[in-house]
Amino acid sequence: MVADGTTARLPDVTPVQRITTWVRTNLFSTWYNTVITIVLLYGLANALVGLAGWIAQAQGWTAAFTNMKLILAWTYPNDQIWRPQLAVLIVAALLGLSAGVWRGVVQLVTIGAALTTGALAVPAVGLPEFAGTVGLPSWLVLAMSVALLLLGIPLGRRAGGWLRWGLIVLWIAIYPIIILVVRGGIGLPVVETKLWGGLMLTLLLAISGIVLSFPIGVALALGRRSRLPVIRIFCVAYIELIRGVPLVTVLYMGSLLLPLFLPGGESVDQFIRAMVAVTLFSAAYLAENVRGGLQALPAGQTEAARALGLNVVQTTFLITLPQALRAIVPLLVGQSIGLFKDTSLVVIVGLIDLLGAAQNVVGQPDWLGTPGGVWRETFLVIAAIYWIFSFTMSRVSKRIEDSFATSRH
Amino acid sequence: MASSIPRTSRSSIPFYRDTRVIAVLVQVIFAVAVVAGCWVLYQNMIAGLTRANLLPTFSFLNVPASFPIAESVIPYDPSMTYSQAFVVGLLNTARVAIIGIVLATILGVILGIFRLSSNWLLSNVAMAYVEIVRNVPLLLQLIFWFYLTKMFPRVQESINLGDAVYLHNRGVTLAWPEPTASFSNWLWWVGGALLAAVAIYVVRQIQFRRRDRPGVAVPYAILGWIVIAGVGYVLTTAFSGMAPAVLVFPELQRFNFVGGATVTASFAALLIGLVIYTAVYIGEIVRSGILAVSKGQREAARALGLSQGQTLRLVIFPQALRIMIPPMTSQYLNLTKNSSLAVAIAYPDLFYIANTINNQTGQAVPVILMLMVSYLSASLFTSLLMNWYNRNIQLVER
Repeated sequence: MVADGTTARLPDVTPVQRITTWVRTNLFSTWYNTVITIVLLYGLANALVGLAGWIAQAQGWTAAFTNMKLILAWTYPNDQIWRPQLAVLIVAALLGLSAGVWRGVVQLVTIGAALTTGALAVPAVGLPEFAGTVGLPSWLVLAMSVALLLLGIPLGRRAGGWLRWGLIVLWIAIYPIIILVVRGGIGLPVVETKLWGGLMLTLLLAISGIVLSFPIGVALALGRRSRLPVIRIFCVAYIELIRGVPLVTVLYMGSLLLPLFLPGGESVDQFIRAMVAVTLFSAAYLAENVRGGLQALPAGQTEAARALGLNVVQTTFLITLPQALRAIVPLLVGQSIGLFKDTSLVVIVGLIDLLGAAQNVVGQPDWLGTPGGVWRETFLVIAAIYWIFSFTMSRVSKRIEDSFATSRH
Repeated sequence: MASSIPRTSRSSIPFYRDTRVIAVLVQVIFAVAVVAGCWVLYQNMIAGLTRANLLPTFSFLNVPASFPIAESVIPYDPSMTYSQAFVVGLLNTARVAIIGIVLATILGVILGIFRLSSNWLLSNVAMAYVEIVRNVPLLLQLIFWFYLTKMFPRVQESINLGDAVYLHNRGVTLAWPEPTASFSNWLWWVGGALLAAVAIYVVRQIQFRRRDRPGVAVPYAILGWIVIAGVGYVLTTAFSGMAPAVLVFPELQRFNFVGGATVTASFAALLIGLVIYTAVYIGEIVRSGILAVSKGQREAARALGLSQGQTLRLVIFPQALRIMIPPMTSQYLNLTKNSSLAVAIAYPDLFYIANTINNQTGQAVPVILMLMVSYLSASLFTSLLMNWYNRNIQLVER
């Protein structure tokens, strides 16, 4: 800037002037920008007015709201609904405390989760109570989760190192705990997986896919970078085979071939088949992400570790792998979003997930009298559920990426 | 002395601590475990299939399929064999994939440019589109479009969009160019233009190499092809007094449309869904590709006196293209693989036909093998082609 009157006069610019300058530079800078702005404003106004009018007069909203139990948990027994709710609260409490203990990335994830849950809690207040269910109202569960997520942060911060170890143990055990609470077993009545469905099934499948594919994916990535040709060829063949075919084919294989591979023609339930397929599919993509992280590490890291006398296993697990995994956290979040959306494909092999439940609600005979059907309203509701989850996850991934970018310099 | 050192070191390391021995051992154990695992699974499978009396065989391929297919690129009727039905599915997948790739690229490039627009409103509308489409599962979008096509009225009451597009419950009827008598004359021009395009490509390549400057020859070739074919079109019209192709507007007769082209509702829903979804990812690739060319490149080009257009054409575009090609390839493959979701909206693609064949014959293993080989060979073929192209335009550093 020039050191004359122009800089001195800058603070005098009134807010109105600032707005007009902004409008001029961002909306009407050239003749074609002016044309674009006017056309877009006209189109947007029309679209928004039309959409608002349609939302107000559409009669199909009741379909989604009166069937919210089917959409959220499908045919999970009404008197056991408190169990998935408990699972949600356990995860919220754990995540909140971890955010306080570790801060950084975990805190970003927790705040994202709190925002998602809060966003879902507000419309859930309007949901009717579902007759015969033993559990809390949906909005209360969501509100309690938000509270646990946010309260955990100061609590975890205050607690000592003992909590850190307790949390690590709990995180390792969390997946079996969730499955135990939801499926039953020791002391709790068993709820067969064929009764699972709706959003619950979507989330459980996505979580299972990510958790179970993680060790397989890391092993495949290490195998692909191995010096041993037999192992390398096997890993390359597996990864390229899975990445070359669509998920539907893998699900289809899981659904048709998995029962054949087991001795004595034992029946495997549909959920396990889908879970195995999703895990095997996700592992191949995860392996490529991990490999990217490993390749991005400077060779000096390995050389220094070897020079210090660490052996191959120590170098991998203490030096290279932790750094590679840390670097690819945003990619892993991105992959989780993809998997969360992709679980909708299980409707093709006959499972009833969030999308399947919505299709089922749309097909109920109760709505035959509604002109045009209720599909638009119902699909919009579940699209909003999918959207809120994916969007917050993508924001979290962006924040993590930014925090890495700043911490590195 | 010199010979005694290796001997002592050899004798001091036991074989189980020799890395070379360990490496071989680990690989042998691994290979044996994999082979044994596969063998057990294979034995179980054969035992199970024998019990069900469904030993895998490819002999069903020559049996008449006896199921109808709603739409096909080649002539097909239920008396044809399963293998022919499979080919129909293959071609249907290819059809939706090729058209989808072309349209998604066009929409994606437009979207990427809109995202970079200096107009705040335009770039934000484009961003809203990206954020909405990207965070909702493709299958949900496809099912949404499919339900929408079900809302269309009967043929007689079609929704008329400017006399060129009609929406009805059997699908979408579009105005379509149809060849006239002089079409074959024009075909000569098109063929000649293709040869000219190849020649332009080769000449440009040689020029680039001789002047030792980077450049992309393909756009010149395509441009040459379009220009020559266009000139040919005008000349053919002028000499024979008849345009080689005329746009035929569909006309509603008593029961159906005459003229124009009709696609089924499933095809239209699948195509729209795939294009809208994939365009978002292509748009992001285009945007980040252009942004990734460092600002210094643009400034240097301007300082050297290149015009705005020259900067874009000679400096920005060739470098952005280089960055964009690998992710574009994977998006094209994703679109092809995603077209398998057609099964949910009853478009008879490869997966849909394979599923029907399996339901009828119970030959799960051969059907899955054929399915996987088809998708894998498409993937491998595209990767090879794109890798070859990519190698051609990559910068050679010293």
